[in-house]
Amino acid sequence: MVSLTIDGKKVKAKEGEKLLWAALDNGIYIPNLCALREAWLPSASCRLCFVEVEGKDSPVTACTEPVKGGMVVNTTGPKALRLARTAAELLIASHPVDCAHCLSSGSCELQKIAAHLKIKLKTKRLRKITRELPIDSSSPLFTYDPNKCVLCGRCVWVCRERLGIGDIGFAHRGFQRVVTTFADEPMAKVRCRECGECVTVCPVGALYFKDGRGSNPIIKED
Amino acid sequence: MSTDRIKEIEVKIAPEKEITVTEEQANHIQETRRILKKFGRKRGNLISILQMVQGRLGYLPREVMLEIAEFLGIPGIDVYSVVTFYNQFRLNPPGKHSVRVCLGTACHMKGGYITLDAWKRRLGIDRGETTPDREFDLDTVACVGCCTMAPVTVVDDKPQGQVEPTKVDGILLSFELEKEKEGEQNQ
Repeated sequence: MVSLTIDGKKVKAKEGEKLLWAALDNGIYIPNLCALREAWLPSASCRLCFVEVEGKDSPVTACTEPVKGGMVVNTTGPKALRLARTAAELLIASHPVDCAHCLSSGSCELQKIAAHLKIKLKTKRLRKITRELPIDSSSPLFTYDPNKCVLCGRCVWVCRERLGIGDIGFAHRGFQRVVTTFADEPMAKVRCRECGECVTVCPVGALYFKDGRGSNPIIKED
Repeated sequence: MSTDRIKEIEVKIAPEKEITVTEEQANHIQETRRILKKFGRKRGNLISILQMVQGRLGYLPREVMLEIAEFLGIPGIDVYSVVTFYNQFRLNPPGKHSVRVCLGTACHMKGGYITLDAWKRRLGIDRGETTPDREFDLDTVACVGCCTMAPVTVVDDKPQGQVEPTKVDGILLSFELEKEKEGEQNQ
């Protein structure tokens, strides 16, 4: 264990652990979407966890930065916030923001991040472009609304690495990029075992259970 | 997450459904297997395999993608992901005639997207698709280097200039006439 300073607070963490987890474990919130604690290789694709580290010129992503003893971290530096805010605004600009009708409203990470970064869910700076993709409700267990997807890749990682199934993945390119199945088939047609793990890790309302459970695990372990 | 739960779920998997394979699909798979013999089962070979298979078949049908995925031991979605990422890979069979609508800067200014809409309407397909009779396939290109002729459509590797929607009809008519002629000669 080494000690480091995050936002003026002295905290202890394992050396080499990623900064993001050290901060979260000590009650300091850093926005993040794509990070999963179990994933040995952070995808670092959401670009939301930027922090400033003393002695470094440019902000770094907390999910890839290993903890070192005596490190001084500032999660609210202007340079870091600027990058994180732009990333969040870009996500919101292509998100339907239909919170009033969304089952994940309240437990939605995007809402939490917008509030934390003090940005509005209605973007003025960027033009709103949403995709009108069909909603897949073929699975008896859950519904997949690709329009709400923020492409964090958590569901893809869980399906592949944790469960070893690999039914879903990324396809297409650029703005058309989407989490989908082989040949864009409906979820019911693939090998999906309906474990619902992907629904559990979805930070937004792109994957949700049909019976209205929030992001709670499907089977209560008793 | 408990491991018992996974096991429980695994029991419920339905046995693989019998899939009927058409003659064309069987040929595709055979051809693919022949090509796969030249490669090791390394994930890094994926793009080379896809290029060689497409070079032979003209496109990458779904049975072929699944065959390659099985060979490399990766999920089908990974192959699909790569195929949809790169422009060089096709998911549809190439048509007898290829239609490439230029959407470069000059052609865009001259209404290339209107030309594209005209092609889409007349052929009844979207970009990247092939007509059901496999006569035409439609796609877009960024620039073909003859901007003075804008808006350009490359039909069967021949660039056609000033392709307004009326000219789209003209080009299609010339193909129809050609086909009729061929039909007469054959009789």
